[in-house]
Amino acid sequence: MKAVNHLLLIFFGALLIYASLGLPNRGDSEAVMHREKSPAGSPGASSYYIRNAYKDAQTPNMVTVILADYRGYDTLGEETVILTAGLICYLILRRNGTSSRRREETGEEGADAQI
Amino acid sequence: MLKYKYNPIILMVSRVVSPFIMLFALYVIFHGHYSPGGGFQGGTLLAASLLLIRLAAGSEIAQLQFRSVLGTPLGSLGVLIYFGAGFTALLFGGQFLNYGFLPVAGLTAAELRSLGILMVEIGVGLAVMAILVAIYDDLLEGYQDD
Repeated sequence: MKAVNHLLLIFFGALLIYASLGLPNRGDSEAVMHREKSPAGSPGASSYYIRNAYKDAQTPNMVTVILADYRGYDTLGEETVILTAGLICYLILRRNGTSSRRREETGEEGADAQI
Repeated sequence: MLKYKYNPIILMVSRVVSPFIMLFALYVIFHGHYSPGGGFQGGTLLAASLLLIRLAAGSEIAQLQFRSVLGTPLGSLGVLIYFGAGFTALLFGGQFLNYGFLPVAGLTAAELRSLGILMVEIGVGLAVMAILVAIYDDLLEGYQDD
């Protein structure tokens, strides 16, 4: 069974490497995502951002404009994810308020304090 | 289990280094318009400076700097700043998160967008800082009595 698992992993890795050979080169201006127009004929998003980011938001850093303005929903979602992670840590890891208060009132070092 | 040991050298170095990390974090947040950086990175650096004091001086003394109770409320406040910036634009006639409609007099739409991006970055930085410190405090909570 272990040999089958390893063979599957090797096969999957080889498949991923083979698939990565079909990706366009970095910075290739002929790649579909870097063209001025998409295959359907509409203007591409990246060239719009490069041309209009400073005009739209008076901010030299194009990445900031895309992150916080054009893709504002996405960043709001990311921040909500972080807040959710913090709230879940609070709910799971914080000791129950009532039990700890009771232990303080009675002043006993119970067995559960050793956990 | 995790006993805090007083070590004057570590405490001294942390006290010297921590304000500089904090200053650099503020630079990263407020200079995100012109250079790489922004709310997430700056918030992480702010949390790093707070956690350095927490590790060096112990959690009890570090409460004087940033109380554990503040973690979750400040994180929620950060998200509210972001959401409020978007919702204000919605109330004043634009789309949600369209900062060009923020009600600040005397600025063009492009400058308003720049201002909105700054508000959003501040909200993100505040939330990330508070949540990271809160997660550290939550993880430490179980070890307090040992």
